[in-house]
Amino acid sequence: MKRLTALLSALIATLSTRAFAEYGLNMTEGVTSVSRDIYDLHMVIFWVCVAIAVVVFGAMFYSIFAHRKSIGHKAANFHENTKAEFLWTGVPILILIAMAIPASKVLIDLEDTSKAEMTVKITGHQWKWQYDYPEEGISFISNLAQTSKDAINDNNKPENYLLEVDKPLVLPVDTSIRFLVTSSDVIHDWWVPDLGVKQDGNPGFINDAWAQIDEIGVYRGQCAELCGKDHGFMPIVVDVRSKEDYKTWVAEQQSAKAAAVASATKTWSEDELMAQGENVYNTSCAACHKKDGSGMVPVFPAMKGSKVANGAASDHINIVLHGKGGMPAFKMLGDADLASVMTYERKAFGNTGSVIQPSDVKSAR
Amino acid sequence: MTTATATSHDDHHHGPEKGIMRWVKTTNHKDIGTLYLWFAFAMLLVGGAMAMGIRMELLQPGMQVMDPHFFNQLTTMHGLIMVFGAIMPAMVGLGNWLIPMMVGAPDMALPRMNNWSFWILPFAGGILMSTFFMDGGAPAFGWTFYAPLSTTFAPDSTDFFIFAVHLLGFSSIMGAINIIATVINMRAPEMKLMDMPLFVWTWLITSFLLIGAMPVLAGAVTMMLTDRNFGTAFFDATGGGDPVMFQHIFWFFGHPEVYIMILPAFGIISHIIPTFSRKPLFGYSSMVYATASIAFLSYIVWAHHMFLTGMPVAGELYFMYATMMIAVPTGVKVFNWVSTMWKGSMTFETPMLWALSFVILFTIGGFSGLMLGIAPADIQYHDTYFVVAHFHYVLVTGALWAIIAATLYWLPKWTGKMYNESLAKVHFWWAVISVNVLFFPQHFLGLAGMPRRIPDYSLQFADFNLISSLGGFAFGASFILLAYIVVDCIRNGKPVDARPWDGAKGLEWTLSAKADYHTFNTPPSRELIENESQHS
Amino acid sequence: MSAQEYYIPNGTYWPIVGSVGVSTLFVGFANQMHGASWGGSVMAIGFAILVFMMFGWFGQVVNESVNGNYNNQVDRSFRWGMSWFIFSEVMFFAAFFGALFYARQLSVPWLGGADNNLFTPELWNGFSATWQQVAMNTPAAISQAGMEYSVPVKLVDTWGLPALNTLLLLLSGVTLTFAHHALREGKRNQIVGWLVATIVLGVLFLGFQIAEYGHAYHDGLKLTSGIYGSTFYMLTGFHGFHVTVGAIMLTVILYRVQKGHFSADSHFGFEGVAWYWHFVDVVWLGLFVFVYWV
Ligand code: HEA
Ligand code: HEA
Ligand code: HEC
Ligand code: CUA
Ligand SMILES: [Cu+2]
Repeated sequence: MKRLTALLSALIATLSTRAFAEYGLNMTEGVTSVSRDIYDLHMVIFWVCVAIAVVVFGAMFYSIFAHRKSIGHKAANFHENTKAEFLWTGVPILILIAMAIPASKVLIDLEDTSKAEMTVKITGHQWKWQYDYPEEGISFISNLAQTSKDAINDNNKPENYLLEVDKPLVLPVDTSIRFLVTSSDVIHDWWVPDLGVKQDGNPGFINDAWAQIDEIGVYRGQCAELCGKDHGFMPIVVDVRSKEDYKTWVAEQQSAKAAAVASATKTWSEDELMAQGENVYNTSCAACHKKDGSGMVPVFPAMKGSKVANGAASDHINIVLHGKGGMPAFKMLGDADLASVMTYERKAFGNTGSVIQPSDVKSAR
Repeated sequence: MTTATATSHDDHHHGPEKGIMRWVKTTNHKDIGTLYLWFAFAMLLVGGAMAMGIRMELLQPGMQVMDPHFFNQLTTMHGLIMVFGAIMPAMVGLGNWLIPMMVGAPDMALPRMNNWSFWILPFAGGILMSTFFMDGGAPAFGWTFYAPLSTTFAPDSTDFFIFAVHLLGFSSIMGAINIIATVINMRAPEMKLMDMPLFVWTWLITSFLLIGAMPVLAGAVTMMLTDRNFGTAFFDATGGGDPVMFQHIFWFFGHPEVYIMILPAFGIISHIIPTFSRKPLFGYSSMVYATASIAFLSYIVWAHHMFLTGMPVAGELYFMYATMMIAVPTGVKVFNWVSTMWKGSMTFETPMLWALSFVILFTIGGFSGLMLGIAPADIQYHDTYFVVAHFHYVLVTGALWAIIAATLYWLPKWTGKMYNESLAKVHFWWAVISVNVLFFPQHFLGLAGMPRRIPDYSLQFADFNLISSLGGFAFGASFILLAYIVVDCIRNGKPVDARPWDGAKGLEWTLSAKADYHTFNTPPSRELIENESQHS
Repeated sequence: MSAQEYYIPNGTYWPIVGSVGVSTLFVGFANQMHGASWGGSVMAIGFAILVFMMFGWFGQVVNESVNGNYNNQVDRSFRWGMSWFIFSEVMFFAAFFGALFYARQLSVPWLGGADNNLFTPELWNGFSATWQQVAMNTPAAISQAGMEYSVPVKLVDTWGLPALNTLLLLLSGVTLTFAHHALREGKRNQIVGWLVATIVLGVLFLGFQIAEYGHAYHDGLKLTSGIYGSTFYMLTGFHGFHVTVGAIMLTVILYRVQKGHFSADSHFGFEGVAWYWHFVDVVWLGLFVFVYWV
């Protein structure tokens, strides 16, 4: 009964949030040549189908109406007509050929990534995306934003509920970009409808796709291949900036990286580690091991009282760096982040493990 | 009746054994058909209850009734149970009941194996359902169980799932062998292949799909089993394998599988429309050839489910062209049905209403299928609710529709009684409206960008999900009425004539009102066969 | 019995016994793999139930057949049943052959950068896509799978035991055909001789196959030797299993011949097993060519 009232009030709440819901009935046209080609193709096939439907259902409704027994219609007895049968085999074939020609052109164009000016490598992890800019030496992880996580059980949903991340992918406008898509664990699929890009990331293989984005703006998408428990919670945000702004952003990232490397060599205090560790834990680990460290036994072990978290530091570092079974490898995180998250796991939840310093992680890599 | 049927013990001459053992030991095609149909109906309710759970969670944004892991279990088990537990067994049940009567045979060719085909199912279903109670829960990797989510990353219960699939495979293969042997070897001597009713033809061709496809599925799950437990590397790139290889093997089975579910449905519709149009089926032989072409094509289009896996572009082009071809023979069928109605003398008893709505709604599902087959467009459709809408239009308003139509159409022959026509009409309109409220908005959701298999979604998808869920609850409730109509018919239905539909043709209608336990102990004559054939 | 009469068997418990048997077997197997100490015993019970079922069911069929209950139509139904069963087995093997071809022709070259996988080699340090050595170096991207795949030092020599085994199996096909001819001519002693020869050849084949496995294993070719080891052992293993089943069936047939169950013109049991044996033969030829040779 309580659940029912909750449901009803939630229902009313949903109806009133209508105000900021954007409506969508049709596919987006998007902001790349590829997405527009796809949209056009989609509309053409759609109208062809509608036209055929009108003819076929029209004939059917006509005979339902005119050839009823109740108005005294007597049944004819024909059951073959070579001409008609020839026609309705031939005409569909022609229609299909007419559809296949533009479709092939679009397909061949969108599979040709050779004219790319820059490359971004996208790696799917359960359940977050990693973006690498090989030429610029930038690499970071993009998680579901905390505001969305907090709102899951809350009737007040933020505007881009489940479509917001902590660190978006930043790209320059009017540049032909090659996306290299792969995965570190199960199959994910990187999809941003406005870019017309959807590509499976297969573990062990690298697929490619490309796009040239014509308009500055923020575009959102989601993982489109079932990848486990939080498949519904790994959104994608692409922040497209002018070429100058993009350059500034790259420079910022590079100096931030230099600073992080420097800070990883110093010795951290336990409090510093715990503070940063809690953040990292909540973004990177809590999906499986839960915010309170209770895990989801037996699939995801608890951190609370874990033998590893209370045991030798080297074992702990090893499993987090390299992964094991369903536990992903986290070597893409920085030394400071890793040291702090492990320290957090070893000290929080009533655990009694030792402190781990960034230098320990660095030497274990 | 002559006594030409020899049974190895005489006690079987006059009727079934008494009590529960009748059902356990039975070798009678009608009993086995009944078992299959009730089993399928029970599974429909179980799978449907899971769908209700899915729709409940998707009623509004946020997680209300379950956690994401359980949601994935529901989606997966819903798909598996509906496909392997409801639709396929229902079709086999109809085949069991009808094929011997339609070809003028006393029973199936291999009656004891027929019993086993059925009596494996409850065990397979039991093993599958038991995974809900195991550590880590039921399968949560989708009914397509892509590696490595289903291999390296799945809990121990997965191995029980694998064995359940093996058992389901045995059952289907034995069932298919039986149907082939029956149609080829038990057919009345006077009946030529081109005299066979379309339901028999479609089932014969479906059997070849089953025998070709199910063993490949068995191979796929066997490779999963060894990858999981014995260190093979079929689907693991670290050992030189490829997760995408799993998808190729799966869809080599999976695509024929979807036609396994629809071809018998085509057969059913090809009986009902001529009956209520009072006119012979238009284009009998082109129907047969179209069925065979669809079956053939279904073996060579599988990778249209895999356009985004990074196949070389030549592969994508090939699979796109081959997929589009299927529209041609399917179109022939649709046009033939419409031409059958053309200049008929139509009446609209409930089976006909289901058949007519089948033609429209299945065609809509076919159109969205064609759109999905256009590889570049599939980039935007793939793994969205547009796909979910597509396959529910062909599966629910296609396969399931035909099963309901068949049940109502042949119920008088099975029970000797008539169902309540006005209640059945109410049920029809209730179902046909709610099912569209349920699935039509899912097209919009998919186009607007909602991925499938997600337990929660962003606000822009809220409206259509709400509508879809409400439609879903209404549609689910309609099955309670259906159950009532069927049970009421069995218990209190009015007795009918041997041929309750005046336009009906087919050997089954020449039997007594309620078909006897053993029928066609002597094969029907040439004259009878010709009179009752679909093209006379 | 005249051709016009139909034969309908009476009710039977055997199918449900069979279902209980396979389910028990599978549940035991799954638990065994997951480390339950009782898994093996449950498997054994399931297997025993299955064997019991087969004795019972086939025994009943044999009885009915010997008593002359079956007419030609039943015989033809059995024939259709057996042929399509064998076809389903062909498709089962096809799945594994498909995996072999796909890995060898497509996915392994792709891992080495072929076709549209230009960038894939970035994930693999110093890997070169040679078919027999595809257990791979530690990849850069995936490591959490935690599997260790070994690399064989030496591969099986095509023209050693495998060639000998090909000869044995082909020969066994010939001896079986002689047995069939003898059966049709009603020469009981010859049938027995040729059948025994066939079974001996089959058992020899199995013996050599086991010996070959021993060598291969010793040289480091294991089930865990990556995709090469996987396809090698799964294909030859399932084939070996089918040879074993075939040899057992031939032994039963031998026994039935001695009991005088078959006549010159009614011996479906014999023929069904012969078809099965020839099928196993043909699969071996495929294996010999695609697994051992090219
Ligand atoms: C009964 C089951 C059934 C049937 C009959 C079909 C029929 C078809 N399906 Fe569908 N399909 C499924 C069940 C079915 N499908 C399922 C379950 C999935 C999802 C699996 C999963 O991922 O879980 C799926 C997914 C699916 C995909 C993959 C989508 C994706 O994941 O991205 C594709 C892509 O090509 C596709 C295509 C088609 C086509 C072209 C047909 C054709 O056969 C349709 C042909 C019919 C017509 C076209 C209409 C009638 C024709 C005319 C009136 C003639 C004139 C028409 C023209 C000339 C256009 N289907
Ligand atoms: C084969 C046939 C089939 C049938 C008949 C159905 C029927 C229905 N399906 Fe579905 N469905 C699939 C096959 C089918 N489905 C497949 C293959 C998938 C893909 C799975 C995957 O992604 O892996 C899928 C996925 C799927 C999804 C997507 C889930 C996701 O992506 O996360 C949804 C969501 O709405 C859905 C809904 C429904 C609904 C509302 C019905 C309704 O038609 C159901 C109607 C309801 C009933 C028949 C039950 C009525 C019963 C009662 C009222 C009694 C209640 C009883 C008790 C409480 C004991 N199905
Ligand atoms: C995708 C889910 C997932 C995420 C995210 C995840 N883990 Fe794990 N973790 C697992 C699983 C599964 C295991 C069990 C591995 C095994 O033993 O096979 C595990 C095991 C562990 C263990 C060993 C525990 C024990 O008692 O055996 C530690 C320590 C650990 N994880 C730390 C982390 C840290 C630190 C993070 C984040 C930076 C993290 N995990 C994120 C799934 C996850
Ligand atoms: Cu990642 Cu779905
Ligand atoms: Cu398909």
